[in-house]
Amino acid sequence: MRYNERELLSLARQPAEKAAEVLMRVPKKGSVLKKRLVKLVVNFLFYFRTDEAEPIGALLLEQCRVTKEEENVFSISFIEEPERKYCFECDSEEQCREWIEALKRASYEFMRRSLIFYRNEIQKMTGKDPLEQYGISEEARFQLGTRK
Amino acid sequence: MKLNERSLAFYATCDSPADNAGFLYKRGERHTAYHRRWFVLKGNMLFYFEERESREPVGVIVLEGCTVELCDSAEEFAFAIRFGGAKSRTYMLAAESQAAMESWVKSLSRASFDYLRLVVRELEKQLEEMRWGLAGGCGGCRGSPSPWKPKPSGPAQSPERLPALPTVLPKENGCAVWNNAPGVDQPPDSSSCGGHDSEGNPRPPPLPPRRRASSSEAGSAGVATAASPSTFNRLHEQYGREVARLRQDWLERRLGARP
Repeated sequence: MRYNERELLSLARQPAEKAAEVLMRVPKKGSVLKKRLVKLVVNFLFYFRTDEAEPIGALLLEQCRVTKEEENVFSISFIEEPERKYCFECDSEEQCREWIEALKRASYEFMRRSLIFYRNEIQKMTGKDPLEQYGISEEARFQLGTRK
Repeated sequence: MKLNERSLAFYATCDSPADNAGFLYKRGERHTAYHRRWFVLKGNMLFYFEERESREPVGVIVLEGCTVELCDSAEEFAFAIRFGGAKSRTYMLAAESQAAMESWVKSLSRASFDYLRLVVRELEKQLEEMRWGLAGGCGGCRGSPSPWKPKPSGPAQSPERLPALPTVLPKENGCAVWNNAPGVDQPPDSSSCGGHDSEGNPRPPPLPPRRRASSSEAGSAGVATAASPSTFNRLHEQYGREVARLRQDWLERRLGARP
């Protein structure tokens, strides 16, 4: 699949919501835990060799599942292939928990649902649609009740 | 750089709602011929397929950081997706009608994760202000809010104890304070990404990721909050001006084109 790599690389260089050195294992036969720098930027998780400026890869965090595994470990898998897990070992349980929280909320779809929720709440409380002032109330992607 | 292409292809074709979809003409990178492709916009990802029925996209354009402009082009209904870098490619696209062009320009210029995040933060803030206002007024009938963090820490900021404080207080420590009282509608569970949080509680409204870094200490200066509304307003104004300008350009063009 073609993609605009230059822009993705540029995104990887932007300030991250969250970044840490962890041990990471990719879902490939025979792969082992390796020290990586992981960086969360918008809905992408970039991973780097610790001494390199360019990421080895990026995971788009849509339609994914973040699961607590054993101690200090969590995994990311994608719903169409739930057994293929990217595993991450943190330094502590707390760090592990923080990453799980952050990653669960890192998807565009999650944010969209949050927006719909807040819009609904505010509308219930005030009788007014808070998106109107921003001129985006008619956009299909923010409509209530049209999403699962 | 590796990308989780299989998952990307799944995301492109799964039944999650698309923000826009339709045929567009896309100019090739090297050759100037336009090819008709089926485009699907989901979030900040613009996928394009050879055919509408194709099972896998030919490619994807990550839209973060792009600007969308109308084009002076021989091609009718043309517009461009531009990126900031020096050697960045500009994607030249053309719609099949005026309405389609407008619709695409509008949805693409607001497709970024950053933009959505700003809108969400703004609404969160509004809701928070309203809840604090309500709670202060009815003496804690909504229960006590607790700091929204995975590990609760810092002083409890319950309205029953601090009824007279101005609504700005919970923001001063940089932390969004949420009401977790039962009976309040719960925000979306991140169910597509797992179930409950580590304590097994239903999920309170999300704290914007970036703000979390500055919010772990109670009492730390809430500079981030002061910046947020003006940043949002500025960005929103910027987008609004851009869209208004595009519309104006189109209107002028249209009027100019008439005999």
